[in-house]
Amino acid sequence: MKIAVTSRGKDLQAQVDPRFGRAAYILVVDTETLAVDVLDNSENVNAFKGAGIQAASLISDKGAEALLTGHCGPNAFKTLEAAGVKVVNDVQGTIEGAVTNFKNGRYSYAENADVDGHW
Amino acid sequence: MLISVASGKGGTGKTTVATNLAYSLGSRAVILDCDVEEPNAHLFLHPDMDTTEQVWAQVPEVNQDACTLCRKCVDICRFRALVVAGKSLLVFPELCHSCGGCFEVCPENALNEGRRELGQIETGHSHGLECVTGCLRVGEAMSPPLIRKVRAHVRPDKINIIDAPPGTSCPVIAAMKGTDFVLMVTEPTPFGLHDLILAVEAVKVLGLPHGLVINRSDMGDEKVRDYAQKENIPILMEIPYDRAIAESYSKGKLIAEMWPEWTDIFQELFQKIQSCLA
Ligand code: SF4
Ligand code: SF4
Repeated sequence: MKIAVTSRGKDLQAQVDPRFGRAAYILVVDTETLAVDVLDNSENVNAFKGAGIQAASLISDKGAEALLTGHCGPNAFKTLEAAGVKVVNDVQGTIEGAVTNFKNGRYSYAENADVDGHW
Repeated sequence: MLISVASGKGGTGKTTVATNLAYSLGSRAVILDCDVEEPNAHLFLHPDMDTTEQVWAQVPEVNQDACTLCRKCVDICRFRALVVAGKSLLVFPELCHSCGGCFEVCPENALNEGRRELGQIETGHSHGLECVTGCLRVGEAMSPPLIRKVRAHVRPDKINIIDAPPGTSCPVIAAMKGTDFVLMVTEPTPFGLHDLILAVEAVKVLGLPHGLVINRSDMGDEKVRDYAQKENIPILMEIPYDRAIAESYSKGKLIAEMWPEWTDIFQELFQKIQSCLA
């Protein structure tokens, strides 16, 4: 399956970016092959509002079924929920470590958004 | 006639000037409180309320059965209020600016007209003065549309006094734009001057005639007066710091009501505004 991980860099050794909507990059990783699709999130980083919503739509379009990140606001969460993308919050460390933890079932999915929106 | 009362920052005495000016003009005037995030003119005027009207913004609602997820609406929305999530189109009404673009482009007629509450407008009267107050819904981020609705209550046959929001951003522009005169209220302090300069820039961009009221005029320094002289901004009134005035304010009382001689002073202020425009 494909999962999206917010990232400070472009490869599996990069650190997880704790932000979702304004993450530097979002990596869509195939959990079987570890193939990486790098999504440049720079357009959203500078968005005044609604960055999380756009990022959520983007990863769902790329076929991700789960998102690993630090925090995910309510509007992004709502979008992900509607798209059927599960969310894991409070993820740290490298992208590779996070993917391994995910495969080993170490994470539990969030039931609610954990950060207030900015409006 | 339309006079807006503005200040570069809060707490300079803007509402004191707006309410006392309006009170002193009495039944010749209408006061429109456009400081919709924190309307407080009514706390001094204590109007008897006549009507309350809800104000709405038009936002799209999706008929998912008719929507083919073609994304034409998503692409046209500059405010990113629409998004495709999996097999459905989502609307984020709080991001919508009611431009109507999505309704125009949808080939399937899949968008219905829904609405989001912006706030409400109350009208009332106090001592013959008409009072109109806009009050933004708690949690609502967009005040300009509500401010424009408050301004729809302007009476062409009267002296309309707009209490503008503090600052220099969009809501202030919405309140000042197209008014005949901007009365700027400031204090003679470094902070007062700093914010006054920003406010004057905004007023100049709009090309509006303007004048200055200096509140707590016996405190601080001369820099505001020097600036006004250099920029050719007339100082129309000075209100000295006075304990009794500060106390009346904290009790929700008008200066002109407590000390009737102030009624004459505020009427004089109005005459000075008129002569600035002559
Ligand atoms: S009305 Fe305009 S701002 Fe609102 S959702 Fe449609 S296109 Fe976007
Ligand atoms: S334009 Fe109409 S049909 Fe196309 S995605 Fe938007 S609502 Fe659906």
